[in-house]
Amino acid sequence: CGSWSSAAMGWLLAKIFISLYLIIFVVAVFEDQVGKFDWRQQFVGEVRFALFDINSQASKKLLVATEKNIFASLNSRTGDLFWRHVDKTGPEGHIDMLLLYGQDALVVVGNGRILRSWETTIGGLNWETVLDTGSFQSAAFIGVQDQVKYVAVLKKSTISLHYISNGHQKWVENLPESDTVQYQIVYSGGSGQVLLLGVVPNSHIVMVEYKIEDGEIMKQKSVAAPWLTSLQSSCVVVGSGVLLCVDPMTQSMYTLLLQSEEQPKMSQILLQTLGLEVASGFQPVLISTQPHPTRPPLPEFFLQLGPDHHILLQFKDGLISPLRDFNPSHLVTFATTGEKTVAAVMTPKNDTACSINLYTADTGRRLLDTTIIYYMDPNGGRPTRLYVHAFLKKDDSVGYRVLVQNEDLVLSFLQQPGRVVWTREEALADVVTMEMVDLPLTGTQAELEGEFGKKADGLLAMVLKRLSSQLIVLQAWLGHLWKLFYDARKPRSQVKNDVTIETLSRDEFNLQKMMVMVTASGKLFGIDSKSGTILWKQYLENVKPNSVFKLMVQRTTAHFPHPPQCTLLIKDKDTGLGSLNVFNPIFGKKSHISVPALPRPVLQSLLLPLMDQDYAKVLLLVDDQYKVTAFPSTKNVLQQLQETASSIFFYLVDSSQGRLSGFHLRKDLSTELIWEVVIPTEMQKIVGVKGKRANEHVHSQGRVMGDRSVLYKYLNPNLLAVVTESTDSHQERSFVGIFLIDGVTGRIVHEAVQRKARGPVHFVHSENWVVYVYWNTKSRRNEFSVLELFEGMELYNSTVFSSLDRPHPPQVLQQSYIFPSPISTLEATLTEKGITSRHLLVGLPSGAILSLPKMFLDPRRPEVASEQSREENLIPYSPEIPIRTEWFINYNQTVSRVKGIYTAPSGLESTCLVVAYGLDIYQTRVYPSKQFDVLKDDYDYVLISSVLLGLFFATMISKRLAEVKLLNRAWR
Amino acid sequence: MAVARHLSFVVVILTTIIGFCTEIVNCNNGRRGDIVESDLAGMSVPIEHSFEVDDVPRFRLRGTVQVKPGRENVVSFSQMSLSDEDRSLLKDVAAVDGLYRVRVPRLSLQADRETDRQPDGHLSAFVRACSLVESHLSDVITLHTDVSGYLIGVSIVTVPGACQGAEVEDEVDLEVFNTTISIMPPVNAPSPETALYIERMEQEMDKKGKPQEQKSFFAKYWMYIVPLVLFLMMSGAQDQSGGGAGGGATSGGGR
Repeated sequence: CGSWSSAAMGWLLAKIFISLYLIIFVVAVFEDQVGKFDWRQQFVGEVRFALFDINSQASKKLLVATEKNIFASLNSRTGDLFWRHVDKTGPEGHIDMLLLYGQDALVVVGNGRILRSWETTIGGLNWETVLDTGSFQSAAFIGVQDQVKYVAVLKKSTISLHYISNGHQKWVENLPESDTVQYQIVYSGGSGQVLLLGVVPNSHIVMVEYKIEDGEIMKQKSVAAPWLTSLQSSCVVVGSGVLLCVDPMTQSMYTLLLQSEEQPKMSQILLQTLGLEVASGFQPVLISTQPHPTRPPLPEFFLQLGPDHHILLQFKDGLISPLRDFNPSHLVTFATTGEKTVAAVMTPKNDTACSINLYTADTGRRLLDTTIIYYMDPNGGRPTRLYVHAFLKKDDSVGYRVLVQNEDLVLSFLQQPGRVVWTREEALADVVTMEMVDLPLTGTQAELEGEFGKKADGLLAMVLKRLSSQLIVLQAWLGHLWKLFYDARKPRSQVKNDVTIETLSRDEFNLQKMMVMVTASGKLFGIDSKSGTILWKQYLENVKPNSVFKLMVQRTTAHFPHPPQCTLLIKDKDTGLGSLNVFNPIFGKKSHISVPALPRPVLQSLLLPLMDQDYAKVLLLVDDQYKVTAFPSTKNVLQQLQETASSIFFYLVDSSQGRLSGFHLRKDLSTELIWEVVIPTEMQKIVGVKGKRANEHVHSQGRVMGDRSVLYKYLNPNLLAVVTESTDSHQERSFVGIFLIDGVTGRIVHEAVQRKARGPVHFVHSENWVVYVYWNTKSRRNEFSVLELFEGMELYNSTVFSSLDRPHPPQVLQQSYIFPSPISTLEATLTEKGITSRHLLVGLPSGAILSLPKMFLDPRRPEVASEQSREENLIPYSPEIPIRTEWFINYNQTVSRVKGIYTAPSGLESTCLVVAYGLDIYQTRVYPSKQFDVLKDDYDYVLISSVLLGLFFATMISKRLAEVKLLNRAWR
Repeated sequence: MAVARHLSFVVVILTTIIGFCTEIVNCNNGRRGDIVESDLAGMSVPIEHSFEVDDVPRFRLRGTVQVKPGRENVVSFSQMSLSDEDRSLLKDVAAVDGLYRVRVPRLSLQADRETDRQPDGHLSAFVRACSLVESHLSDVITLHTDVSGYLIGVSIVTVPGACQGAEVEDEVDLEVFNTTISIMPPVNAPSPETALYIERMEQEMDKKGKPQEQKSFFAKYWMYIVPLVLFLMMSGAQDQSGGGAGGGATSGGGR
């Protein structure tokens, strides 16, 4: 075969080559490996509405609609999800209302945009209707003669009636004087009328009654109420058509008979006459209940007089009488089962526990044996919501279960007499940032290690200590062997594999780590990466929503006996003021180290590789006056800082002015401005700045070319990738800018413009390359672009890299590719020594996580394959990057709304630990170059050892035979 | 001369972007992105420098860059040589490992833009004074512009860039700057090369596909079909003539 140069042959070879590569990259999971190295947890977020299926006691269904725009059904026995529907994020998918009738749940979504009906057993969609525009006010079932056929949806200027069975609109009517009157309540007492209540603030209440058949206005009345501003916040309907309002100014309640024939009038009842008083500055709240849509609401209702004070009242014959005073009481709610309606009240018992009791609604009498004790987590928050599932027991008494939601978004489901059936940590639905920390060594290993850290006691003592610790190790090993032997006899299912904080220890290959997760609600979690078990949690109170979190590992577990130390910097987005939280990432304990006060807004925080005498890395915080605070700030640290000040540089980014500036630390810890780059904000705005990860290792300094020469990589650890987007969004003129800037000298190493491109831009900066994704406005598709930097065929200074001494600009190579899917997030794999080839982990909106070999994103991919490029293993260029299903590392375990991917190296060079978080959390391992350093599971130890033994004996025997033969020959 | 300390490690830690304020300022200049030909005599950018022993910047004019209008961004740089005073000062600064700073005003290199906008602020960069001394004042200054020709950054490097503590004869070497100056507009990043790829694929198809398309089924397999047909014909002829003989033979065998 002599025609190697023929192009056709070349192509054929190239194709074989590609397919060979693809075969190499097939890294799918085997069926029996599912769930072995990976786990997924699904969440729903903060609960807004929770409803129980009240039709039967045996029902396990719990319907929740959450702030994360999720409608889900939970198994109330286990807390697992039956099904879950994830709607759009933001106001478009916001769930305004959840109503349950029989098996159908009606949901109003997106400020009254869509009305949906769901079948609650399997979570199937019955029907969906798009409603008219207008902001949503209220929705209610309309009952006619013990039947519920319609649902009324009240909007700002219209009311519409829909059939529950198919969603068809029965009628829609414009509301009279809707520009002045704010209609807020729709009420139906079950007697076949649709009554609307609106208010003109500080003037009067408007009542409109519609005919159910055709939407004709039957009655229209108005009542003066100059003290009233909003019906929703201060009024409810109780009994058969009585509007009840509370006015904190005059400390009184007002009642209004809605059905009376004559001109209605509000009658005032002073709270004083009932012996009640509203806590100062508190807006009183009324809570009523309508057990069934075909019947009017109950005459009993709760009035909340203070944050911890509720009272049960009854309206009867125009009079209000108090039934029972609950002081103190955290939360109250009504629940109905059959014909009985009960009130559940949560009262504080002591600092750590609350008790929940049931009372009959009509008399306020306490029901016997209905106490549930709810123990609060000392590291958690206060309960904020209470949902009760009441049911009739066999002896016709009322039993119940409760769902409690806390400030820190813990959902607990309790049963009598206080057993916690399950808990869900819904704060994990919004993970902001995370780190993985190595687990500590076992006690014995630590003992051995500790020997080196301590001061010498003398020769003999040292020898004895060594001997004793060796003995302990031997003992532990024997114990371990015994346990192995013992466990091997038991069936696999019985072997306990519980992870507790006490048994935590590093495994052989450091594959099991502690995941420290920071959530938006200010709750911190320590999760075992192997099983997903939450090992510790801590709720930080007073964390403002919208804060910025930055988690740093100041001391790893490697410095026994010093405990590992993590520092969380929480920065208020509005004021920029920061605070530091120092804790032990393994046990979650708050550290007692005094943290510096940060009276000024923090602009930048940097973790230096310098360590204090206790091996904690030094954290520098820069405030808005460019003053530097060091933490820890011991004498030792300050001295080290002074010595190394001349080599400490940092940069600041002010995206509002497009300004990047570099600073230099002086010996007296003041700073000076040394460079400035300003990207005019008229043209483009900075959307992202990324440096390289500090724990990244690059194994090879260069790439070996086809002709055996070396192309050296430009490995600048201080390089920043700055991405901008044009302010002009016209599709012809919009662009995305990429600047590679040296963070020390401010030198613009490379500046590129991707024309006709638009964000959102996702990018990864690692080693000597930057990969970014953008939207091509002209071709309307997502594209990947890769930039690689090379020093050239020789290194300028091969011993050390200094930004101050690299006069020659690097060679920059760039290529772009089409990617056939939008993406949500982008990250690169990371391994211990950087020998393993890199993959990009691409989170797709579909929930899949794609492990894309970096080899496909290589700007040196040749147009036409040549001998040399083949030698170099370069894949010939093709404009489109394929998506292969076997590259999905999470097979069918999709991660909804993936927001971030975290990668961490393990002790095995081949293995990279991956955590994807968003609404769900998914943990797995990836092997970008396959498991080259691990024997396979099905490795045949028996065969290899029997062959070895066989060979050994064969050698022995043949040796013996040869000897005999030699001897015989000698005798002959 | 002081032995220059090697800045063996330099620390820059990942970002904290200060408040992603999305301040959108509309720019109503429709001609962005294009370098406009102009009859004006080109732009001049003053480059200032500062080197002080106490490291408090006091900028003085070093020279002026003349930008010739046109597509090539032809530049010329006129600068003064260092005075005796400056020379000794520079050596002093180098001795204490001070910084040599340069700065340029923020302005647009497009002539028509300059008239309606006054520069607001400066862009600055630095090198270590010792490396400038040791390189005998040979430096490379690059002015970076954005897509509209607005200056966004300046960078200065010396060749060679190291401070090795070499002795420098000031009279000879520290008089005249040996400067290379350039203006760097952003590079256009490539788009996916679909056209070329498709072309190549088509060529590939042509090469492979043409001979196959021309041949019909019969033309391709005639060497199999013809013998088969011949064989069938032959065997059919034999059947007619030798059918009885064959039958006879079998019956004969049975006998």
